[in-house]
Amino acid sequence: MADNKGILVVGEVAEGKLLPITAEILGAGRRLADELKEQLSCILIGEKIGDAGKAAVAAGADKVYAADDVQLKEYENSTYMQVMEKAVAEIAPRIIIMGQTSNGRDLAPRLAFKLGVSAVMDCLELAIDPATKLMQCTRPVYGGNAKAIFTSEAIPQIATVRVKASSPLAPDAGRAGEVVAFAVALDAAKIKAKVLETIKEEVAGIKIEDAAAVVAGGRGLGGPEPFTKELAELARILKGAIGASRPPCDNKWVPDSIQVGLTGKIIAPELYIAIGISGSSQHMSGCAGSKCIVAINKDPEANIFKEARFGVVGDWKVVLPAFTAKVKELVS
Amino acid sequence: MNMIVCCKQVLDPEAAPATFKLDAANNRMVQPPEVKPVVNPYDEQAVEAALRIKDKDKPAHKVTIISLGNNLVRDVVKKPLSMGADELILLEDAAFEGGDSFSVATALAAAVKKIGPFDLIFCGRQESEWDDGQVGSGLAELLGIPSVTVAKKVEVLDGGKIKVERVVADGFQVLEVQGPALITVSNELGEARYATLKGIMAASKKQPVVWKPADIGVDKVGAAARKAKVVKLFQPVKEGKCDIVTADSPAEAGSLLAQKLRENKVI
Repeated sequence: MADNKGILVVGEVAEGKLLPITAEILGAGRRLADELKEQLSCILIGEKIGDAGKAAVAAGADKVYAADDVQLKEYENSTYMQVMEKAVAEIAPRIIIMGQTSNGRDLAPRLAFKLGVSAVMDCLELAIDPATKLMQCTRPVYGGNAKAIFTSEAIPQIATVRVKASSPLAPDAGRAGEVVAFAVALDAAKIKAKVLETIKEEVAGIKIEDAAAVVAGGRGLGGPEPFTKELAELARILKGAIGASRPPCDNKWVPDSIQVGLTGKIIAPELYIAIGISGSSQHMSGCAGSKCIVAINKDPEANIFKEARFGVVGDWKVVLPAFTAKVKELVS
Repeated sequence: MNMIVCCKQVLDPEAAPATFKLDAANNRMVQPPEVKPVVNPYDEQAVEAALRIKDKDKPAHKVTIISLGNNLVRDVVKKPLSMGADELILLEDAAFEGGDSFSVATALAAAVKKIGPFDLIFCGRQESEWDDGQVGSGLAELLGIPSVTVAKKVEVLDGGKIKVERVVADGFQVLEVQGPALITVSNELGEARYATLKGIMAASKKQPVVWKPADIGVDKVGAAARKAKVVKLFQPVKEGKCDIVTADSPAEAGSLLAQKLRENKVI
């Protein structure tokens, strides 16, 4: 595939809107495309894509392929693979970028193995080696205890990028670019799994991904009650959301959907308050992008104090009510 | 129903972050000898998913474990047997070392073909060293079978179809798939069972079957079969400039912390 050129971003659309991760990877893709002096394409796969195509141009794409089909409403890999195989054959990109999302982490390896190439998953940074024009991908490994830079000579190179790891461009409605329909005759015989239903498990209030302040609890809280009492009160005062490390989720104290970490939500709020959280690398992978991390933990050796900007060493049962009372006084 | 579960022996991911040391020459991390290897936790949950199916009708279901590596610690790789799995196949040879997801999935695919007909393959959603999360999907692609990743519940329906709950960002998808298929399992499945004393006794009597690269008919394995090249492995330096607020009592410290956040315009 020596003639492959340009970059293809695989974008995601929900209810006619481009997902934030798609704008982020279009930003990352734009920078690589400019360095290579090649085109940045974007394929949007879904149903009722509408103006999301234009939004992708505004976010940096030169050409957008809209694969709009009622059968693509729900993600299912054997269906989406049919679109991707056709897209790769026709667009023949040098590099393919996806988001490290539920869809991307499932689709990228299947596509890579189909094409006999390698995917680099969950990247924080993408760069071009000017000598070889090959992409170099930096990603955390060993649960975030180290980072590695990967490359591969097999073309196309495929990478998925972590949510909130790269900045989107400021949307420019005046950017030149075209949106074309990308029709795929989906072969029902090749569709291997049927999506029976999708269950939403959204928590009430502000979504954790969108919250400016997140109050998170860990194993140290000892049970479900503090999440609905002390943490909820602080979150309410800060107009924020509640999060958790993995143990409270595994113990069913809180729903899995508020887990912050490598395999949970990756968030970057202005303020992240970690209460009774030791700060394992796996957990920090989910919140390291926060502007300010504040820790309350009784163990002075806890790893969280290596990551936090401010902290108190002490029993949260005593520290937190006094902290909350003072915060309430200060922000009112 | 024939089920296969792929289990990797890893460095204990629960070990304190400070114990990880870089072996730059070999592009890998090492842990001091006091930190013991374990079965990758997600893989244990994959074993659990298979055993939950087996629990329903024990004689009708067989669970075969495959582990790949070199100098595998028998007590570690036998753990799935002590949980209730039936057989253990080890792809064990120095040549298997230094592989990436592509080398591992290629060797596993050859081993699965050698095992013969199967209905379901389970893998953990990702292993805890490289956190790649590609082997399951890659293995399915190489075998030409459907895959459902990041499952929290797996059920076999009457008639043999498989119903899977797949975790997505704000909830879960319910999918139905016809076997043979591959499922990767996430922690939302719930805790893996403990080994019972009876299980440990039974496991101690079972000898694993060991296959070398030649036994599975693959010339290139491990480092020789890699697609992804590690340019550099490094440990980022942590600044660790935490301002620890102290006071006469923990409650005062809490109050002072709030004040400090205000002074720094955080709240």
